[in-house]
Amino acid sequence: MNTKFGQFGGQFVPETLMNPLIELEKAFVNIKDDDSFKKEYMYYCKEYSGRPTPLYYAKNLTKKLGGGKIYLKREDLNHTGAHKINNVIGQILLAKKMGKKRIIAETGAGQHGVATATICAMFDIPCEVFMGEEDIKRQGLNVLKMNMLGAKINSVTSGTKTLKDATNEAIRHWVANPEDTFYVIGSVVGPHPYPKMVRDFQRIIGDEVKEQIMEKEGRVPDYLIACVGGGSNAMGLFYPFIEEKVEMYGVEAGGKGIETDYHAASISKGRLGIIHGMMTYLLQDENGQIKPVHSISAGLDYPGIGPEHAYFHFINRVKYVAINDREAIEAFRYLTKIEGIIPALESAHAIAYLMKLARETNKEDIIVVNLSGRGDKDMDTLFNVLEELEDGQ
Amino acid sequence: MDSRIKKKFDQITEENRKALITYITLGDPSLDKTIELVLEMEKAGADIVELGIPYSDPLADGPVIQRASSRALSQNINMKSIFSMVSTLRIETEIPLVFLVYYNTVFSYGVERFLNKCKKCGIDGLIIPDLPLEERKILNEKMKDYHIDLIALVAPTSHSRIESIVKEGKGFIYCISSKGVTGIREHFDEGLENFIKEVRKYSKIPLAIGFGISDAESVRNLKSLADGLIVGSAIVKEIEKGLESEDIERRVYEFVKSLKEAIDE
Repeated sequence: MNTKFGQFGGQFVPETLMNPLIELEKAFVNIKDDDSFKKEYMYYCKEYSGRPTPLYYAKNLTKKLGGGKIYLKREDLNHTGAHKINNVIGQILLAKKMGKKRIIAETGAGQHGVATATICAMFDIPCEVFMGEEDIKRQGLNVLKMNMLGAKINSVTSGTKTLKDATNEAIRHWVANPEDTFYVIGSVVGPHPYPKMVRDFQRIIGDEVKEQIMEKEGRVPDYLIACVGGGSNAMGLFYPFIEEKVEMYGVEAGGKGIETDYHAASISKGRLGIIHGMMTYLLQDENGQIKPVHSISAGLDYPGIGPEHAYFHFINRVKYVAINDREAIEAFRYLTKIEGIIPALESAHAIAYLMKLARETNKEDIIVVNLSGRGDKDMDTLFNVLEELEDGQ
Repeated sequence: MDSRIKKKFDQITEENRKALITYITLGDPSLDKTIELVLEMEKAGADIVELGIPYSDPLADGPVIQRASSRALSQNINMKSIFSMVSTLRIETEIPLVFLVYYNTVFSYGVERFLNKCKKCGIDGLIIPDLPLEERKILNEKMKDYHIDLIALVAPTSHSRIESIVKEGKGFIYCISSKGVTGIREHFDEGLENFIKEVRKYSKIPLAIGFGISDAESVRNLKSLADGLIVGSAIVKEIEKGLESEDIERRVYEFVKSLKEAIDE
């Protein structure tokens, strides 16, 4: 298998992990086109997680924004509340096939951690989740859930104490336990074969959208929008449409504005570098030190981006744009009020860009937005922000 | 022209002893101190010195070296000040100097520019812990012109990869003693001896064992296996201890001396 997408990707890891990665690649190649594996994966996606998720025609939103027809891919309706579980089902089934005895995972917002802890509970596999101390503070509900599901949570206090550092710590742990441990990475990031493997376990989103939109509209959409941190929900939606005539938008976290130092817009503001075993666009200072990043949404708070996204940007196939914290909060409230759907703050970034883009589209156009997760976990953050806003006024 | 590393190992072989390779993080606690510490270590008997370039995300390092990296980075040091420090140090000593550097630092600085500066200030080798064989091609090509040794790392999990890794190695082969990141260990993998034998089968250049060698005792236990031993975290820990008591140089000198005595016994 080619380990790169153009110049992006690769395997920039300690030698200790090379054979485990080669072993993983072999296992992945074996199940990739295996019907019995696919059947098992589809079984859990359907019966356990509730797939296919609806492609909901957002009538009110369409009317209010006055442009093209808007459909929401309701990944928030998955079991555990986000698209993350698609990938976790796939990877843990693979881990079982490989005979691995324990599972580790990193998590930012906690969605991937909860999904991993959930599937581990179901299959009765020991699970450890690495989570930054900062994120533990701002995602209390998910921490509670993981605890109840029986996962051990390792609070990460190194570096910026967020997703990036949780990933470092998970990799370090894997280096120490490469034989019996399976590392379930939560996004299309990390060394090969993770970006390809996670993509393949997430493309079910786009595959379903294709079928659903053909049924409803008889044609492919004109626009796809999804938020990108590492980029797994976006890759899942985009990938099956890459060869089609569809405009795609990946929405990065603009934080306090990409002109400030407080954002997580790796493509808009980063330059080529290495993080977590991959060559990609990276937010780094002039000395090549990885910069602290900021986003109100813990799931987008990441200084790199999946290498295939970097490639899609490089070849100009997908447009990457940024939405700042304030716009995301507005979109969060807007969607909640207009459609009665409370989005995750991550997904609210995609909605915010939709609010800009929809106005420029024609009534005949079809827009699909990936509503990657639901917002229960963010109510605390929102509550605090809204209080601050009111105090400020 | 033989590199300083090769000359040093030739001399060590002639003297029928083993090499002591010591590591500290550049700029921990300051670049001026780094110069003094290298000279102290040399006085105490170190044969080769590894200088770690502090990095924000040291993936292969345990907590001790992570903390050293943070201490160094809080001094606002950068490649410019590091290269200038090494040039100053080079005037004072001929000891072989090796950078331990994460690839993003090299890549971000510009590979050729980095190598050029290394050569100018007298760096003899590079150890890049996150650049496995598969990703080395570009660097290997460019390094030929600079007479800097790219030191290859082999791990206990390398198995069938050992032959091809070792073939590319220059200077010495860095044998990672056990799974995991850098740091002090209670015990080593049982298969260490066989692992080293396997590496020896393919290597024409000296072997050095690193990761987890914490004191004179572990030096005594391991020295017969290889041509050299690498001690890092344990020395950095001495620096850490010396921060408050303000006797870093003395601590490092005495600790390295104890290692030297153990390796020469």
